[in-house]
Formats: sequence, structure tokens, C-alpha cells
Amino acid sequence: MSQERVIVVGGGLAGLMAAIRAAEMGVGVDLFSIVPVKRSHSVCAQGGINGAVNTKGEGDSPEIHFDDTIYGGDFLANQPPVKAMCYAAPGIINLLDRMGVMFNRTAEGLLDFRRFGGTKFHRTAFAGATTGQQLLYALDEQVRRFEVAGLVHKYEMWEFLGLVRDADGNCRGIVALDWVSMRIEAFPGLAVMLATGGPGIVFGRSTNSVINTGTAAAAAYREGARYANGEFIQVHPTSIPGSDKLRLMSESARGEGGRVWVPRRQGDKRAPKSIPESERWYFLEEKYPAYGNLVPRDIATREIFQICLMGYGVGSRREVYLDLTHIPRKELDVKLGGILEIYEKFVGDDPREVPMKVFPGMHYSMGGLWVDYAPDPHHGTLDEVSPRNQATNVPGLYAAGEVDYQYHGANRLGANSLVACLYAGKIGGPAMVRYGRETSSKLPAADGAFAGAKKEWESEFARLANLAGPENPHRLAEEMGDWMTDNVTVIRHDAKLAETEAKLQELSDRWSRIGLPDRSSFANREISFVNQLRNMLVLARVMTRGALLREESRGAHFKVRDLEKGVTEENALPRDDANYLKTTIAEHTPDGPRITYEPVDTSLIPPRPRKY
Amino acid sequence: MMPGKTIRLQVRRQDTPASSGYWEEYEIPHRPRENVISVLMEIAKDPKTRDGKTTSPVVYDRSCLEEVCGSCAMRVNGAARMACTALIDSLEQPIRLEPLAKFPVVRDLSVDRGSMFESLKRVKAWVPIDGTYDLGPGPRMAEAERAHAYELSKCITCGNCLEVCPQVNERSSFMGAAPISQVALFNRHPTGKMLAAERLEALMGHGGLDECGNAQNCVRACPKSIPLTTSIAEMFRATTMQGMRKLFQT
Repeated sequence: MSQERVIVVGGGLAGLMAAIRAAEMGVGVDLFSIVPVKRSHSVCAQGGINGAVNTKGEGDSPEIHFDDTIYGGDFLANQPPVKAMCYAAPGIINLLDRMGVMFNRTAEGLLDFRRFGGTKFHRTAFAGATTGQQLLYALDEQVRRFEVAGLVHKYEMWEFLGLVRDADGNCRGIVALDWVSMRIEAFPGLAVMLATGGPGIVFGRSTNSVINTGTAAAAAYREGARYANGEFIQVHPTSIPGSDKLRLMSESARGEGGRVWVPRRQGDKRAPKSIPESERWYFLEEKYPAYGNLVPRDIATREIFQICLMGYGVGSRREVYLDLTHIPRKELDVKLGGILEIYEKFVGDDPREVPMKVFPGMHYSMGGLWVDYAPDPHHGTLDEVSPRNQATNVPGLYAAGEVDYQYHGANRLGANSLVACLYAGKIGGPAMVRYGRETSSKLPAADGAFAGAKKEWESEFARLANLAGPENPHRLAEEMGDWMTDNVTVIRHDAKLAETEAKLQELSDRWSRIGLPDRSSFANREISFVNQLRNMLVLARVMTRGALLREESRGAHFKVRDLEKGVTEENALPRDDANYLKTTIAEHTPDGPRITYEPVDTSLIPPRPRKY
Repeated sequence: MMPGKTIRLQVRRQDTPASSGYWEEYEIPHRPRENVISVLMEIAKDPKTRDGKTTSPVVYDRSCLEEVCGSCAMRVNGAARMACTALIDSLEQPIRLEPLAKFPVVRDLSVDRGSMFESLKRVKAWVPIDGTYDLGPGPRMAEAERAHAYELSKCITCGNCLEVCPQVNERSSFMGAAPISQVALFNRHPTGKMLAAERLEALMGHGGLDECGNAQNCVRACPKSIPLTTSIAEMFRATTMQGMRKLFQT
């Protein structure tokens, strides 16, 4: 086994890419995940991965991809890392192709590309409508190769609890919990990468997997890592409502020609197929002729929300039609099979025959742990060999994937998340190795820190095991989710945000009166959930405070003057570059988050008004 | 509670891998569009048995709830399937949940399927790329060939095909259909096939293809409709050829 070892927490696309890149440098990787890595949430990504390969003769280029991404994100993203990602994207798609991803092909046997939101080009490579699954499997297979070669050691069904820091504050390892034996151990590493995904479960029901609690990010935040742009939460325009989760209906449905509409007459009870064209309202196509159904997600979500607020929802419910029935069945099966199956299995209707009923659902966090980057001043991109890339403010702690805040600004474009995860892992893996090699001989001895951190977590879990109050943790989580969904998603209003802050404070107080519903000392998922819930409440406060203090509308953050007047442009606070073209930085204090702001690097594309 | 207006659920519970199992029954009000997971989530909010005894929430594996992560395989009314797509209104009540029987129980409905990932190592289920540095695009493929391979690549490692296979039992070490079909996948890929002989050798070894009894239960149990028996038949032919090639080489 290699003597040099790093730690990667999380086995989705970002974590696996980081692990592969570190292992390629001959470094041992200890890979921690609460699920077998092949079951990570990346598996849920559907539509595809962006890269301006320009094989359709449209004149697409990485530069246009860069501009679409910055503009789509309402200029809140630092530009050099986004530019570097867009230029790296074609190479990343080639790499996946070499790994054996079964991307759809053209007649010539080349990769096929489809359209996605926020661009006019065919830029999205796809494997049916289960692209995330196919990408994750390709990386999982490469990691398994390194596992057989002895370079990667997996700790699956282990949960990250916290950091091990030396006397100078450097991150030297982690403390983790074995989900089966409930043993708590401390592990050393030259550097630690968190690639633990997003915080969807803070909102109760979302398109996220139930493992996406954001607990690892919150734990790092509580130990001093800065959390950036927490208020920027993407609500996906089209999800299938459900009592356990909101199942994603991919943007690729619209990319392949799907049309969103409602009956022109409110409360129209007719079956959708019997409503003639002239009595259908294709409200996105009408209002946005240039982009139609493929306006960016923040905009499509608000329009659907508003249509339903106005009483035009299908059957007067909060639902609109997403219609694929004009597209040939064969084409639908080849390009969208996976998502049509999901709809069919959970709703019971065949979307090839009957328009689907969808509504916006919480989907993604643009915000996340603050990470650094090393600009390359000659090209406007990054110095990709620098140990600064993907480094948090805690020395030795890195972050990559949805858990970082770097690549999407105020709104993420569809199919940019997979490329961002892979790019961050691709530069983050080597960065942590280089950091480790540069610092390992200089750092103080930390043996005591490991024993100390382990002991602290053991006594904390012993305390949690004895919680015997009246509150049920799942009910508290449900209340938190309802409040966050109602007040910190599509529409934000200052009075409601202030109420939400107070509510979160109340829930935190009630958290200490939880009764642990499971007294077993073996495979006790409840004790783990109670710990996660405390972390979720901390993150919820970061999101809410950030939204309250940001007195403007930008991307997914849409603040209104009057709640009754709904999601209209006149009712919204305008974008305010003079005061808020800034990254929100949250730092943990015992009294809640302390918010400061940091300038955004807009050195490459001057900010301009965002009009689709 | 009124009959027909509730959901009744019986769960086979087991506290530790070594302890013996026992049944518990729960009853909650009926709501439309529920599935087995959403009911287990509802029970966890007030964990009580049907006769009012306080109990602990059921332990089970789940993640995506969209039938793509492969976590929540269990036996629902005796049939191996994914719990997230087991819709309550299509199930006979009381609904009986049991852990998969072909894997060691961790606790309640949670089982250890680590052996499936070990099989993937054994059959070298990967494309042997040289490295992640830039080497240009991958090999071209015909769309029809790609479309078939894609069907094979949708395996979610849920274990249902092993669960229903009579040849997977305590007396055998049969790897089951899932890893065999992965060999069919990787042996089709233009770069993947560079390891074809090694993969076939693995299938010809202990616990490999020879132990398949051709019951064909696997293909019916697969939640992703993967043509597992087609893959197995293809691998039978390929290993026979491989055996003959070896015969002539020596």
C-alpha cells in the first residue's frame, strides 16, 4: 500500500474523479461513502453533459459555452474557473467516451448532442436519459481497477462526522462512523476532499436522493469552513410531485422538443388530447420566442409558478402539461426512455400518449463550500497544477462537486452540473496531492488530535444515544422542509424570511428535546439522522440569512416587494450590481451565521442585463 | 380505522446479523399514490405497531427513490423487487416486506450485497484506459450496437436476479446473471474487448457460467428489463469458443 494517502469523502462523480486523479499520481486514496459508491446521487442525473464539441456545424465553441454559463448564472460566478471548465469540457467528454460511456451516436458513429436550456446550440452529450448513471458507472469501474491495484481503499457505509485539525488549524484527517457496527474512528490523510453533494433534503421533498442532507458540508462549516452563496437554490421547472420525493423530469424532455402548456380556459376539465391547439396556452413559447421552452431553469420555474398562481394550473391544481405526444414513439424511446419509464412507473400514464403533469421542485444548490482557484493570467483560465484549486479556507480541506459553490453563479444551466463535478474532481484531486506533498514535512505532529477528535465524537454520540425527549426527528425534519420550501425557494419576501429564521431557531431548540426513536447499538440509522438534522438546521439558517440580506433579485434568488402580487417583474427587486454583484460568505458563530461579501471576478465578460 | 381506508404493512425484522427474525405489523391511514418507501417513511414519524406498541423505525436501504440507485431491493409480498416502485394501490394487503434471502442480513430489510461488487472485480468489468490525460475521442460505434450495449449498461446491481436464481444458494458460489451480463457488455466495447479472454476465463472458473441452470428467472426479475438470458447465451457461446482456442493453442 502506498505510504502517501489522501482522503476523499463522497463517491459521486466529483469524488470518484478526484480519487482516480490522485491514484494516477501513485497516491493511496481512502474513499468514504454512506452508500456503496455506485449508488451515489450522480446516478439520478438524466439529460446529459455539456461540452462545446461543435460536431453539428453550428459554430459552437467553448467561448460561447463560457458566455452562456456566465450569463445564465446572472454574472455571479467567478469567471476564470468557469472559462477553464468550459474549455476543458470537450476533453472531459472524450475521456468519458474512452471509458466506455454508451453515449448516443450519430449515423457516422460520432457522439450525438442535443439541446438544453439557456443555449441555442446542440451542446449536450447524452446516454439515453440516464446520463448521470452511465457516467457514474464509468468512473466507478475505473476506481474498481485502482481498488484491485491496491491504490484505492473504500469505506462504504461509513459516514463523515467531522474534521481532525492540528494545533495550527490544518485539516489532518477525518472522523467517521461505521453505519453497521456504529464504531467511530479517526483517519489521517495528507489532505481531505469533501465531494458530498447537495443539501436537497433541507427542503424535505426535492428531486434529490434521501442521502443528500448536506450534513458533511454543514459539519465542515461548523468547524470553520466558509459557505458561499447559500441562498442560491435551483428549483427545477419540471418534477413529478410525490409524497416521498419530487421525481425529476429532465430538461432533455424539452431539449428533444417537449412543449409546456396549460388550457387557455381556467379549470378546463377536458382530457388534454381533446383540447384543440387554439385553446392551449404555450406560455413559455409565447413570452420567450428566441428560447421557447428552453429558457433557463430559474425563468421557466417562475413562469410555471405564476401561471398556477393565476389559476391556470391543470384542473386548477399546481400542475402544467409537459407534452411529448407529438414526437414519434421510437425517437422518444431511444433518447428519453429512462425518464419516460420513471413517469410511467410512478404515475401510471404513458407519456408517449398522454401529456405529463409536472410542477417545479427543489433541485440543486448553486451555493456550497467556498473554494479557491489559481488564475492563469495569460489565458484567463486556471493554473491547473496549483494546489489552490478547490481548496477551502481550512488548510488541507478541499471540496468538489455540488458541495462547492464555484461554477454556476446565481443559476445553473442544465447539463452543466456533470461537467462541473468532473472538472472540479479533475483539478481538485491533483491539487490535494500537491498540497500534501508540499506540506507534509512541515506540519506539526498531530497524533493527539486524532485521539482527541475520536473521543469527542464518541462522547457526542453517547449523548445523542440517550436523548429521551418528546420530539420525533422525522417530524422536525418535515416542518423544516415545509418552511424552507414555502419561503426559501421560488419567491422570497423579507417578512417571510425573517419568520423562517425564527422558526429555524425554534426547531433548533426543539431538536435538543428529541427522543431518539431507536435504542439499538447496531446499524442505528436514527442516531445518524439526528446528527444530520442538526447540521441541516445549521445550513437552513445560512440559506435563509443569505436570502434575507440580499436585497435584489438575481438568478434563482427572486425577492418580491409584495407577496400577494406574485412572480412578476414589476413586483421584484431589480438586480443591483452596485451593491450585490458579490459572493455571499457565511461563517459559523454560536449565534448563527455571520455574513460578509467578497467581490466577484468579472474580468473576462463585463456584466450586462439578462434578457432571454 | 375503517377497513380499506388504511395501509397495513407486515415487516420481517431482525436486530442483528446473528439474531433471529420476527414479524411486526403497522397500520397507517391510506393516501393515494403511496409506495412502500413512502409508507416506511411515514411510519418512522410515529413508530408504533398496529397494536399500539412503540417500536423503532424499520432499517432499510434506500437513496434515489427513482429506481436507479439500486438500493431498495427487498421481497414485497414474496417477490424480489425495488420497494420505491412498489405502488401501494397495486399490492394486496397486508403487504409483507422481507429482506432479500440470498444475501446476509445486516438489520431488518438491509442486506450486504458486497459480493456483487467483488464479482465485478473478478470479471474485470471495466475498459482498460491508459489514463485520464487527453488522448482524443474514443472509438466510433454504430448507433445500433451502442443502443444494445446501453441496455446492458443499465444494471443497477440491485441483486434481484441473484435473489430469484435457484442456483444461487448456500451450497454454490454462482456469481449470478448480473456480472455475466457485464462481461457481455465490456466484451462488445472496442477497447473493452482487449480484456475479453481474461473475462471469459473468469466466467469459466469456479462460480461462473457452468453453474447456471438456465431457469431464466433472472430476466423476469430484472427491474431494468436487461436481456440477461441473451447475455448468458452469448457468453456460453463465447466461453465455448475460448475453450476451443485454448485447446488448439496447447
